[in-house]
Amino acid sequence: MSALTLENQKLSGAAGSSGSADAAGGGPRANRGRRRGPRRPLWLRVLLILAVLGTIAMFLVPLYWLFSSSLKPHGEIYSWPLQWIPTSLTLENFTDAWNSAPFDRFFVNSIITTGVGTFLELSLAILCAYAFVFVDFRFKKIAFALIIASMMLPGHVTLIVNYITVANLGWLNSYAGIILPGIASAFAMFLLYQFMRTIDKDILQAAEIDGAGHLRRMVLIVVPLSSPMILTATLIVMVGKWNEYVWPLIVTSTADMRTLPIGLLFLRSQEGYSNWGVIMAGAVFVSLPMLILFFLAQKRIIGGLAAGALK
Amino acid sequence: MTLAVRPPRDADPRARSRGDQNGGPADPADPSDPSGPTDAARPTFERRPPSPQRRRRRRRDALLFGALIAPNLIAIIVFSYYPAIYNIGLSFMEWDFVAPSPEFVGLENYTDLFTDPNFGQVMMNTLIFTGVSVVGSIIGGLLLGSLLATKVPLTGFAQTMAFAPHMLPGAAVGILWLFMFDPNYGLSRWAFSLVGADSPDWTTTSDWSLWAITIAYTWQRLGFVTVICYTAILDLPKDLYEAAALDGAHGWKLFRNLTLPLLSPITFFLSITGIISAAQAFDIISIMTSGGPGVSSSTLSWMVYEEAFQKFDIGSASAAATVLLAILLVITYLQVRVGEKKVNYSS
Repeated sequence: MSALTLENQKLSGAAGSSGSADAAGGGPRANRGRRRGPRRPLWLRVLLILAVLGTIAMFLVPLYWLFSSSLKPHGEIYSWPLQWIPTSLTLENFTDAWNSAPFDRFFVNSIITTGVGTFLELSLAILCAYAFVFVDFRFKKIAFALIIASMMLPGHVTLIVNYITVANLGWLNSYAGIILPGIASAFAMFLLYQFMRTIDKDILQAAEIDGAGHLRRMVLIVVPLSSPMILTATLIVMVGKWNEYVWPLIVTSTADMRTLPIGLLFLRSQEGYSNWGVIMAGAVFVSLPMLILFFLAQKRIIGGLAAGALK
Repeated sequence: MTLAVRPPRDADPRARSRGDQNGGPADPADPSDPSGPTDAARPTFERRPPSPQRRRRRRRDALLFGALIAPNLIAIIVFSYYPAIYNIGLSFMEWDFVAPSPEFVGLENYTDLFTDPNFGQVMMNTLIFTGVSVVGSIIGGLLLGSLLATKVPLTGFAQTMAFAPHMLPGAAVGILWLFMFDPNYGLSRWAFSLVGADSPDWTTTSDWSLWAITIAYTWQRLGFVTVICYTAILDLPKDLYEAAALDGAHGWKLFRNLTLPLLSPITFFLSITGIISAAQAFDIISIMTSGGPGVSSSTLSWMVYEEAFQKFDIGSASAAATVLLAILLVITYLQVRVGEKKVNYSS
């Protein structure tokens, strides 16, 4: 055992560069080259690459199917053997989908509820996280536990009573009814809280001595310093709100108040199994904004979700 | 020790009375603090009521704290805690959203629920759906996560593709799989034709409907689990691997004896959160099968919706939701208990 550790120390001493780079980097991603150590035999390398290709296919093929079908003419969808590569592309499915359901309304509703809902949730999260990190209060821990524990309450348990509450407030079929029950923030608050704790308190103390009150310190110092995490949290919250399904389904009953995911249900019940191209076009309407967002900011989104899960 | 405690007790009223005599703010009492009776007594002076200035500051901080967390806390109480509790109350009532007020019926909703053979089927479906998707996504996620961590070419792209479905609305994922499962023109027909078989009627026969939603849901969840496992694997202590490599361990042995035990807190966390989100899966079920045919793909979360918003049987729906809550609370409790042990174990 002692021989081994000695050997190990010597080894890491000799390896030097990678070890010290790791220590200097400090961050969790710094140990990038760990598994590179032993050179792999060629057959293993080929096998691994094949496995990676298989993984890609497992996720890419369905997505390709979604997008290619939405662009195929009707005849090429209903043909056997399957037409993997469309011979001609058409936007007909998109115009048909747009005309068979009020997708313009769905888009407007989704954008408004997602935009306003995200803004409100993030505002609450920032205020709340700031209070937990920078303001003294004796019963902080209880309040914190109360908020974090709410993450464990399944949404389906609150569905019925929230519906009653919203109906009593006269908010059925309204933006307020769709948005307000979802603005309470636990996950985003937790992410921001974790981030704000790493902010150097000296800066804030200096600002306090200069006479800056809490409000100014929050707006002028903490929010700008936290902006990377605020952006990450915004993206995550936004995706969640855009994809929200069960609540808008319950709380709206008129077509002009439905959001995009509900519009998809509407489209499916209208077109049935007889017009997959149009239905896939509808699915592209709903999915494309989120996919674009993801491809633009995937590091942020993945990093934020991983940070929430691993810390 | 007793000596050290006593003097400040005697000194306290004295100091206070002095403040009273002055009539004004008790600030002058502050400078007298350091010149307390004995050195030993000094620390205990901290226990005296704080000076009004500090008290005012503390009160101002408390007010500010309250004001800052109030919007979030109120929203959470009104839209999470209150409904969860009131829902339990409703489960003892009979109501249809229309009658002026709910009527108390005691445990009737629960006895109805537990004597209904369909409910047994729904519970079984929930168990299968949750179990298969959680176990499947974790095993798959560990394998794919390790594969990505080998850093062979294209792993970055594979990670992006694996995670993409997690970004999509469940409604879109559901409808995509509905098409792929189409026995006549979907990918399923092609896949089965490769082995010379006909595609099953995935979503329209009760033998297959539960598997259809389970597969679609697992596909969507797998990328998320993979990325979490991958990140956790990269964070594993490097020196342990160097030591193990010197011992001659690699490949499967290394994975089995080192990676898996080190990842156990993460897999545990993923299984708990996986159970919680699978138990609430709704959009995929709603789009693909609406719980049917019959109740063959109905889970507890679908049943809550169906009873409440299609059959308007609020009592029954609330009772089912309460069962869901109870199950998830037990699981959460286990997580906290076992999670604590895990932390101690690893430190």
